[in-house]
Formats: sequence, C-alpha cells, structure tokens
Amino acid sequence: MDHSLDSYGDATASATRVTPGNALRPEDIAIQPERPSQAVARYAVRLGDDSLILSHRLSEWVSRAPELEEDVALGNIALDLLGHARSFLSYAGLAWGKTEDDLAYFREEEEFRSLHLVEQPNGHFGVTIARQLMVSIYQDLLYAGLTGSTDNTLAAISAKASKEVAYHRDHAVQWTLRLGLGTEESARRMRHALEILWPYVNELFLDEPLHDELGDAGVRPSALKAAWEREIAAVLEEAGLEVPQTRAALCKGRQGEHSEHLGYILAEMQVLARKHPGATW
Amino acid sequence: MAAQNDAGGHLSAVPSPEEQAGLERFNALIAEDSRIEPRDWMPEAYRKTLTRQISQHAHSEIIGMQPEANWITRAPSLKRKAILIAKVQDEAGHGLYLYSAAETLGTPREVLNEQLLSGKAKYSSIFNYPALSWADMGAIGWLVDGAAIANQVPLCRASYGPYGRAMVRICKEESFHQRQGFEILLELAHGTEAQKRMAQDAINRFYEPALMMFGPPDGDSPNSQQSMEWKIKRFSNDELRQRFVGMIAEQVKVLGLTLPDPELRFDEEAGRWVHKDLDWDEFKAVIAGNGPCNAQRLERRREAHENGAWVREAAAAYAAKKAQKAQVA
Ligand SMILES: [Fe+2]
Ligand SMILES: [Fe+2]
Repeated sequence: MDHSLDSYGDATASATRVTPGNALRPEDIAIQPERPSQAVARYAVRLGDDSLILSHRLSEWVSRAPELEEDVALGNIALDLLGHARSFLSYAGLAWGKTEDDLAYFREEEEFRSLHLVEQPNGHFGVTIARQLMVSIYQDLLYAGLTGSTDNTLAAISAKASKEVAYHRDHAVQWTLRLGLGTEESARRMRHALEILWPYVNELFLDEPLHDELGDAGVRPSALKAAWEREIAAVLEEAGLEVPQTRAALCKGRQGEHSEHLGYILAEMQVLARKHPGATW
Repeated sequence: MAAQNDAGGHLSAVPSPEEQAGLERFNALIAEDSRIEPRDWMPEAYRKTLTRQISQHAHSEIIGMQPEANWITRAPSLKRKAILIAKVQDEAGHGLYLYSAAETLGTPREVLNEQLLSGKAKYSSIFNYPALSWADMGAIGWLVDGAAIANQVPLCRASYGPYGRAMVRICKEESFHQRQGFEILLELAHGTEAQKRMAQDAINRFYEPALMMFGPPDGDSPNSQQSMEWKIKRFSNDELRQRFVGMIAEQVKVLGLTLPDPELRFDEEAGRWVHKDLDWDEFKAVIAGNGPCNAQRLERRREAHENGAWVREAAAAYAAKKAQKAQVA
C-alpha cells in the first residue's frame, strides 16, 4: 500500500542538515553593510510578520497531523516560512539597530503588522489547507513581483522564498483537490473552511500610503488582486468548489489592530524570552 | 507486501526439505556476517523479534516528537525554533523509514499503528517523562539522542539488511541532534544564574531515565542472548550503558555542570565505568503505563489519528477516482 498521501515533504532529507554556501541566511543579512530605508524596513516587517505568525500556526500541527507524511510536510512549510520571517525581520532590524529576536519577542501586539488571515486558528485540516491555499497563492505572486524590487536585499530574499512558496502552493492545491473531490464529508468541510476564511481575504489587497513611498522597491497589494482571484477560482473550480460570496471583514492588521487571536499567539511565543530579558540562547 | 506465511512450516514437527535448506542458508549467512534480505528465508522467531524491535523503535520516534513539539511555539529565539522544528521533522522521518523497514517483514504499517494506539506495542519509556523547561530540549538532545546513538551505531551492522541500512541514515541525523542539544546546554551553562539552574535541573531529571534507555541489566534481559546470536544486537545492555555514561561523564565537564551520580567512577581494574544503582522499579512502572505522561502521549496519537480519519478517507477516495479515470481514458 502506498502511504505517500503527499509527494511533498521529503522524509528522506534531514531538515537539520546545514546547507553550505547558502548565501542569504538571516545570519548573513544581520551583518551585511547595506541598511534598508525606513520605508523598506517597515515593509519588511509586514512581510516578516505574516510569515512568522503563519509559521507559528503551522507549527502547532506538528505531532497532530492526519498522517505522519503531513507532520513532515506542514513542518517543512512552517520551517520555510520561519526562514523567510527571519530574513525579513533581520533586514528590517538593521534600520533600527535591532535583531530578528528583538522584533519577534519584544514588540507589543499593536506593533505587529500581520494580516488577520494568518492569525486565524488552524481549525480542522481543511481550514488549514484553505488558509494555505489563499496565502501561498498570494505569496507566490508577491515574491515573484518582489524579485524585481529595486532593493537588492528584498529582491534576493524574495527570489529564494519564491521557490519555496511554489511548493507550498502546490501542496495546498493538491490537498484542495483531494478534499474537494474526495468524499462528501471532505467537500462539505472544505466549503465551510473557505466560507469562514473568505472575509479576511480582502485585507491582502489593501494599499497603504507606505506603498507610495516604496515605489519600485515594493509591490502594490491591489496589483495582485486580479491574478489572485483568477488563480484561486481556477483551483476551486477544478476541485468542484465555489468561490464564496461572504463579505469582507473590516481588518486593520497593517495598522496594528489585530484579530483576538494574536494576543494568545504572542503570549505563547514570547513568554520564555521575556522571562529572561537580555539572556542569550 | 511479503507473505508472512512463507515460513509457516514451524507448525509442523518435521521441517520440509526447503525449510531445512532455508535454515542452513540462514545460519550460514549469519555465521559469515552477511545480511539477511526480505526475500530470504528466515526463522519465524527472527521475523517476529525484528518486527517487534523495529516497530517499537518506529513508535519511539513518533511518540518522541511530542515532548519536543511541546516547546516549538515557545522556543526563546527564532534560530532555536528553526532548529527544533527541523529536529522534530527528522524524528518523523525516522519513524517513516523504520515503519518501511518493518513492513518488509510482512506486517503493514496500519497494523503496527493499531498496536501502538491500542497500547499493545511498547515504545521507549523515556518519552513518558515530561519536557518541563527549555533546558529539557538540551538535555533530551544530549542525553536521549546521545543514548539512542550509543544503542544504534552497533545496529547499523544488524544482520537484517533493511534495518541496518535505515540505522545508518538515522544515526547520521541523530548525531546532529546530539550536538544541537549539547549546544543548547552549553549556551545555558554560560548564561544567567537562572539559565544555569535550568540546565542543571534538566540534566538531573533526564540522567537516570536516559541510562535506563539501554534496557534492564544483563542478568534481567531474557531476549538479549538470542538477539546477540542472530547478530541483531552486538553488545549487551550493560556494556553499552557503561560506555555511554563514560562519554557523558567527560562531556558534562565541558558544560561546567554535574551528573547527579556521586558513585560514578571509572573502575581501572575492570576497565569500565561504574554508576549508581538505577531505580528499575520505576522503569517497570513506566513501561507498564504508570509514567507521568503515558496516558497523555497515547491520547495525543489517538486524537490525531481519529481527527485525521476523514482526511485519509478523502485522499483514498480521490486517488481511487483518479485511478478509475485514468483507466477509462
Ligand atoms: Fe530519531
Ligand atoms: Fe533524534
């Protein structure tokens, strides 16, 4: 019998192996001489926070997934996202003399800039997959655009992230098809998952004054909307699912007004670091 | 799946000529230190012993993910968090290779998993202790992965081919884990007073359970002799244990911390390390299910399995529909 529910999640590769010559590690970024502009730093915090919080959510699955192969796959995605977050936050921190850990562990909730969508609870596996589908299509388009950023570091981090996010997208698409076309129960659960998450989609595409300041260093969120809608509609159609008609929720994550969930996420994430301020680990 | 009944002749009193030939070849392969492969004839007891050992090992990898997963969301730096996620991933990978190795002996993974969930199968009792502090991530890596390596390096030469080969891969990764665990402790040992206390406390709690990972004393380990003859096992439990304790006795000095064992010393005359008596009553109680976390660990597995049932059904239904479509086309 074939146990590979999923082709991604290479159980044969040691995830702890250090890849030599990996040019853009967060550790390298932290000591590079190029500093980001204030606008680029604020932008990098947004990118970093989205990945950090989503990574946290996915890591909650480890040891709880429907199959061992999924423990591996979801863990891999969490690890990739954490890597992206570390790079973006390390880079942002250079503008203010702060480290990735200063930003992750010692900012208050209202200083975070994550989207409400990534803060949403995991729910059942279908909810997690629906969230992954939405975010990975978004990040796939976003990083493809940012690969051409006039800011070299943003472009380099995005080029690397882009390859990894393509796998995340593929993983989410494959599972959307399985759940959409699998059993009646899985299709029902998937429809429900899409409906409860859809209100948070609108926030992904809101432009801010920051994007005017960034110019060609950033990507205007509204510019990704049409392609995103086209892509997700195509996947959902293939999966026998429909684009939900639920209305957009008013979300201000980029201004520091978050979902009720973020406080709990940060309480857990930051508890140990804050208990020992100034300590190294 | 290999037919489990191939070697079913043990039920009849007189071995058939094929069985006699199979046994002779098996004995010859063992004697010359060659490998037994899945298609080779093997005694039923050898198959059973290996299936039990490999599946217990696989279950240990999977249950062992839990105490460490408990600290992923609270890891105190993003770098440590990344290393910890990667480590727990590796353990899932180890479980997967080992289940595949066990399956080559004829028992499907579903059955092995059922044995774990029903409480019928055992797993390493160390994972029934809780991971109470961040320093436990260090102590587990250094002592638990360390003891696993000491146990497993000789298994790379185990007579059963798929097991030995799986162990080669696993041992490489375990040595990364041990080093990373040691680094966590080293950092704490050079840190604040509170961090030092945290590190010492974790070592104090994991020392004895880690030594007990090598199994009961030789005089009390009835299956060991047969496993040595079959060249599954190469060294006795006590032999491996004293070697391990000698290794950590040296390493703990680098940390500037201590092992909670005033009797620990190297016996020059016997040429071996001597440690304090271990609490084998506690060991038996934990194996029997009375450890602090036995119920919690199994319940987590059952919960994941039950909550995932609809997902696995959907994947199977989808695969079947796809296969049908491909056939029609
Ligand atoms: Fe392992
Ligand atoms: Fe390990």
